[in-house]
Amino acid sequence: MDLVLDVTESDGATVLTVRGEVDVYTAPKLREKLVELVAQGRYTIVVDLEAVDFLDSTGLGVLVGGLKRVRSHDGELILVCTHQRILKVFEITGLTKVFTIHDSLGAAVDTSRAS
Amino acid sequence: MIVAGLAASVVELEIPARGEYVGLARLVVSSLASSRRTLADDRIDDLKLALSEACTNAIEAHADVGDDETVLVRWAESDDRLEVEVEDRGPGFDPSTLPEHPPVTDPERLNFERGLGIPLIRSLVDEVIFARVEQGMAVRMVMFCGPVADLDDDDELAWS
Repeated sequence: MDLVLDVTESDGATVLTVRGEVDVYTAPKLREKLVELVAQGRYTIVVDLEAVDFLDSTGLGVLVGGLKRVRSHDGELILVCTHQRILKVFEITGLTKVFTIHDSLGAAVDTSRAS
Repeated sequence: MIVAGLAASVVELEIPARGEYVGLARLVVSSLASSRRTLADDRIDDLKLALSEACTNAIEAHADVGDDETVLVRWAESDDRLEVEVEDRGPGFDPSTLPEHPPVTDPERLNFERGLGIPLIRSLVDEVIFARVEQGMAVRMVMFCGPVADLDDDDELAWS
């Protein structure tokens, strides 16, 4: 039930791949990574949630905080997610209107390069 | 706080009020739900998420008062429903007075990273009751569902 985070570059885009469960225990690790990336000057970040098994409001809050950080530098946080159980959390909270959510990494990377 | 007359069907799990145990609570409750009830996978996911939110609130309530007591997760069921209750020893709160977030179209919305748990619980389960208990606060979440699974003699329950 750990959280595994990997940062890669894909066609010039920064991709943060998240694996595992994001909850009150693991969310601080995700927050630290997003803060670290922004501190490195990476303001447009693709967050790939395809390998996330579980995400609750603590994880949502961290993503909202990340979005606020990158937008303060005119950047963007772009999500990749197709699993209904994860998308549902965004839908119930209305955050599908706040985040850009793509159904493939390729589409998300294209968007990040355009922004 | 549980379904009347179902004391024999109650399962209790007591966890330290620390984040690392919330995953265990999810595992136990989702195993109970999937092995004992006729519930679609997405409903089990809803229950897991609601439980996670309730446990997180309970743990944060403990953090607010600076103690490290335990959180009690209680499962009870009857023919038409299951109930999961999360009880803490925190100072309690009034769920009707929670601050409202700005609309998602408002840029100010990004200043709110917390406070989504209770609205999520309300959306995910069929009934939710917040109650003061002797030493803290209890959140009872109810899901109406099919009957207790008809287990063959050969079947083993997930927790047996």
